[in-house]
Amino acid sequence: MARTHTHTAGVHSTPGADDLAEGHVVNVQGGDWDQEMGELGMNPEERIVLNMGPQHPSTHGVLRLILELDGETVTEARAGIGYLHTGIEKNMEFRTWTQGVTFCTRMDYLTPMFQETAYCLAIEKVLGITADIPERASAIRVLMMELTRVSSHLICLGTGGMEMGATTIMTIGFRERERILSVIENITGLRMNNAYVRPGGVAQDLPHGAIDKIREMIPQVRKGILELDKLLLENPILKGRTKNVGVLSLTGCTALGITGPVLRSTGLPHDLRKLSPYCGYEKYDFDVITRTGADAYDRLVIRIEEMRESLKIIEQVIDELQRNPGETMVADKRIAWPAKLAVGGDGQGNSLDHIREIMGTSMESLIHHFKLVTEGFRVPPGQAYVAIESPKGELGCHVVADGGTRPYRAHFRDPSFNNLQAVAAMCEGGMLADVIVAVASIDPVMGGVDR
Amino acid sequence: MTDDSKDIAVPTPEGVHPQGPGLAGTANKGFPSTQGLTGGNRPVEYSNVEGEPAAEVDPENAPVVREERRGMFGVREGQDTSGYGGLKRSIAFPGATPRPYGGWYDEVVDRLAEATGGDLLERVVVHADELTLHVRREDLPVVMRALRDRPDLRFEMCMSVSGVHFPQQEGAELHVAYHLLSITHGGRRLRVEVTAPDSDPHIPSVVATYPAADWHERETWDMFGVIFDGHPSLTRILMPDDWAGHPQRKDYPLGGIPVEYKGGTVPPPDQRRSYN
Repeated sequence: MARTHTHTAGVHSTPGADDLAEGHVVNVQGGDWDQEMGELGMNPEERIVLNMGPQHPSTHGVLRLILELDGETVTEARAGIGYLHTGIEKNMEFRTWTQGVTFCTRMDYLTPMFQETAYCLAIEKVLGITADIPERASAIRVLMMELTRVSSHLICLGTGGMEMGATTIMTIGFRERERILSVIENITGLRMNNAYVRPGGVAQDLPHGAIDKIREMIPQVRKGILELDKLLLENPILKGRTKNVGVLSLTGCTALGITGPVLRSTGLPHDLRKLSPYCGYEKYDFDVITRTGADAYDRLVIRIEEMRESLKIIEQVIDELQRNPGETMVADKRIAWPAKLAVGGDGQGNSLDHIREIMGTSMESLIHHFKLVTEGFRVPPGQAYVAIESPKGELGCHVVADGGTRPYRAHFRDPSFNNLQAVAAMCEGGMLADVIVAVASIDPVMGGVDR
Repeated sequence: MTDDSKDIAVPTPEGVHPQGPGLAGTANKGFPSTQGLTGGNRPVEYSNVEGEPAAEVDPENAPVVREERRGMFGVREGQDTSGYGGLKRSIAFPGATPRPYGGWYDEVVDRLAEATGGDLLERVVVHADELTLHVRREDLPVVMRALRDRPDLRFEMCMSVSGVHFPQQEGAELHVAYHLLSITHGGRRLRVEVTAPDSDPHIPSVVATYPAADWHERETWDMFGVIFDGHPSLTRILMPDDWAGHPQRKDYPLGGIPVEYKGGTVPPPDQRRSYN
């Protein structure tokens, strides 16, 4: 049984909560560390095991960091995850292939388009229809992914800045993200959890006027990024907090399977959009941003530059989309849903021609529609692993099909899940305050980590 | 019908009316016997007897049947008047691919055989443009080390470890797939697949070769109950430490598990108070 302390402002004991813990168990809620410990009769220099999280404002959700401290130096750091495990992968095994999109989009809730695309690309690979996906559908996927990449990086910088005490960074980040989300809402109907990318293409074509809205948005966001750039990059306080903090070498990244901005901050230009292009990324002109400092500051610079590259890609894609109208769904009627939804005068999505056909003329069309929507299409037995470059690194999707209408197994290799393994290597030997900067530079999103 | 037991249709292995009298027994007594007629000549109203096998397949390259399923739409037993209960379907995954595999696949398989001093691969499958090396579990550490260390192989990153449960595949119920990436060789990817029986769910850990597999192996243990021998700390990672069972296995239900929180118990959804 732990010996516990009671009383004093800011410090509360937790009798009975951690019966299994050894030694003193103390809850600290702010205040001066030395003073708080002194009031309890503890030596502040004593070796202490500190639980940061799972409820802590600077651990990006419900990440639990178990830190062993010697004074203010972290001697051991471990990450505990699983507090947001919702069994999405298990649930997907009980829904059709198409319905699976609405589940996986909720994993990493800041990058919904990436999970959707990885999942759909994997299905298309098992079906063997990768080459049949219309070019316009791929271009729209690229557009949506790059919009999402900018919004995800904005959150990363915004919350990262807030954790260091710079609330203006956060408000700018969220303000600019809102512009992007309103564009995404205009196209998909939802800000997040869109379920817009579907096996075989995308749910529907861009609505009228969407490209004009994007053209209007790009310079505004570019200006916002410039503001962030000016606020962050030459700020002496920020440089002091982030330079040479959370360092992880190329060897460390390779051994731990780290990808994304963390890997690129070691100087390796590893980007799956260039290495093994998908969705037609080879058509677009953009640079892979690398730095050589391998620290939190360089990862921040990389994210800012990557947003600019993404805006470059978006400009090229919307030019292409404007030039080339066409289908946004694979031609195979066994996979593509028959209804072509359009927003009617009442603001509701509807497909009047299709309704006229199934209700008035063709019983077979009605049966086909019913079977395809309720039962879904079948995918022959086999498996595929598709990896795409999400804002956080390699997002992989491993699907196993058994010939049925539901995934036999859908596994997501979330980049944050893997990258959080680097916490020990990045934080041990550093100061307690640097842990927050190092974790923010990994940019973990617990929805994706725990799934 | 006088015999009550006839109401319970027992699914028969050979189609709907395999030994049945065809249309004999209907009003037309003079209808010729249908015994001996096969395929399209069979005057049976519906048949799911499988057609003649197409081309002869080398038994080595035959598809791997991982499961036999009976019935459809949940009609398996009881009063099946639909005939769907008699349907049968075998879940056949792609079998071994004959050489040449194409692209860089042949070279990698050859170099790997050189490096490991002999062919340690059970089966090489090329499907959906992806190379899968099926390895016996005892050979896994050697194969993985060779794949990482040989300069002409150099799969320096293990991106993902993912379990799959095939409860009907006797002796190999648990599958674990490792996805490797070679940045050195321009983004080559391959999959190494090992199996373990449910009765002895042990697979050697690859953490010594690929430290990145640490959490992925913990997740696979947590979700499927695969024990990775030699893992530095094989503990649960997503589920609570004291959780019983491995949720991603096929014999584990979706929902219906009572949840305990700080001593209080929340009953499974189907046992909560109903409002109708």
